[in-house]
Amino acid sequence: MSGGGAICARLAGSLGSFSLDVDFEVPARGITALFGPSGCGKTTLLRCIAGLSRLAGRLAVGEQVWQDDSARICRKPHERPVGYVFQEASLFSHLSVRRNLLYGARRRSRSRRDEELAFDPVVALLEIGSLLGRLPAALSGGERQRVAIGRALLSRPRLLLMDEPLSGLDQGAKEGILPYLETLHERLSIPILYVSHDLREVARLADTVIVMAAGKRVIDGPVEEILERLDLGLAAGPFETGVVLRARVSGQDSRFRITRLDLGGQPVVIPAADLPVGEEVRLRVRSRDVAIATARPDSISVRNVLPGRVLEIVEDAGTAFAEVLVDIGAGRVRARITRDASADLGLTVGKEVFALVKSISLDRPALGAPRPSRGGPL
Amino acid sequence: MTDASSIWPPVLLTLQLAAASTALLLLVGTPVAWWLARTGTRWKEAVAAVVALPLVLPPTVLGFYLLLALGPGGPGGWLAGLGGSRSLAFSFEGILLGSVIYSMPFVVQPIRNAFEAVGDRPLEVAATLGATPWDAFWTVAVPLARPGFVSGAVLGFAHTIGEFGVVLMIGGNIPGETKVLSIAVYEYVETLQWPLAHLLAGGMLVFSFAVILATMVHQGRAGGRGSA
Repeated sequence: MSGGGAICARLAGSLGSFSLDVDFEVPARGITALFGPSGCGKTTLLRCIAGLSRLAGRLAVGEQVWQDDSARICRKPHERPVGYVFQEASLFSHLSVRRNLLYGARRRSRSRRDEELAFDPVVALLEIGSLLGRLPAALSGGERQRVAIGRALLSRPRLLLMDEPLSGLDQGAKEGILPYLETLHERLSIPILYVSHDLREVARLADTVIVMAAGKRVIDGPVEEILERLDLGLAAGPFETGVVLRARVSGQDSRFRITRLDLGGQPVVIPAADLPVGEEVRLRVRSRDVAIATARPDSISVRNVLPGRVLEIVEDAGTAFAEVLVDIGAGRVRARITRDASADLGLTVGKEVFALVKSISLDRPALGAPRPSRGGPL
Repeated sequence: MTDASSIWPPVLLTLQLAAASTALLLLVGTPVAWWLARTGTRWKEAVAAVVALPLVLPPTVLGFYLLLALGPGGPGGWLAGLGGSRSLAFSFEGILLGSVIYSMPFVVQPIRNAFEAVGDRPLEVAATLGATPWDAFWTVAVPLARPGFVSGAVLGFAHTIGEFGVVLMIGGNIPGETKVLSIAVYEYVETLQWPLAHLLAGGMLVFSFAVILATMVHQGRAGGRGSA
């Protein structure tokens, strides 16, 4: 792969009673989510990449080979330029926040003089400047995790590994950290491997997704493609499946407090969002928020009615539901409807339908869009 | 006969012995404790049992074997021969060695527990931040295990001061060389110098209480600090 190179891993073997056999190549840029149910080997894979666990195979990040058993290469963990953010912040309890942050910075080579990973910008990015003098015990869960992220970044890694960094936090703290992760992604060029079993996080953050199950890679690809896959339903849990779409802000309506978007030629409205006209945005539409009609309904409160064509229908065996994938021109949406409704409407592949989208969440400015010129973190 | 100043040489000798023992105990005990806390080998508990033996062995039994080992026929005698003397028994070096072996479990156990409580995670974090294992040991494991080191050092020091049987067996009662505090108390009692015995015994009582109290207070505080 071109550009920032690729992360290539081919690792197989057993650790205790657990066996793992993965083989993937993903771009070494943006956020790659390792997604799958608990116990599917995501964390083991991350540990092997960091060198904390060992499985046979080969691992290369960009042009650097970190492990190659055929060439008898296996770098020790401290020789691999990774930043690892664990599930629990795991700060050094005997060191102040400042000294925690500097622990890695002092040990890794300063040859790569990338200013974006200097002390002050990272502290500002994560807004931890006021915590520097404290001990970890005096921080909240969310603050600890931000310090842990800063500590990992300041070691100037070539790859940032994050192992469910939000799972130990309550909902409020989670929502508090997500914007920082989004900012990281926008501001820094460093590639991130992000382990999660939460599809909402994946949909919100990831560019590329590797889906794992039972120690194996099931599928990988860009987030939009992966989220469209209907057979993901089981791994994700029935109510969190959905798709990611890209749209452009086309106007603001201050009277009704709505923002108008252009979704590949189709008009869409969302509750007012503070975004300039022309900005590219990333939308997430959950399948449970989409209904299907075979004729355009005229008296209905749902504003976003998108004409399209059925691409695929997957019945969720043993349940009342079916997932319908609809091509709306600018992308695809998934609808979770009952099998009964599907039969009643006579849905078949190729049929012209209308997707009624009840709710859209606005995730963040889309990837590759011009960086927002705002000063502080979003 | 009841010259109070005669109690000072044994007190000073005891402090010397305890200080030297504690230093050696930390030097030898730390790697042993680290190994016991980190290794996965099945021999680990056997080694731990050997280290813990002095807890249950009568000091006279330990002293007897040490006497054989330190004497002219044992390895201690050979070692002493390098220094130009016949035997390590009945010498300061001899009782120092005896003290180190005798107090080892009191030092190794708390340090091992502390290393085990630190766990793998902080060391893994240190490794991912670029710290070599040696670096991580000194900058992460040792500071985090500090309460264990404090307990181990205090217990090792105090236990050496209170030691009697082993010293009696391998050290005898040589003033300025092996006549430590506990031996002096014994001698004062045997020779009916009760005021001096009272002085030393009372001092030991107060000292021991202070040590144990200080250790408990320290551990209570360290335990309350928690980890993040």
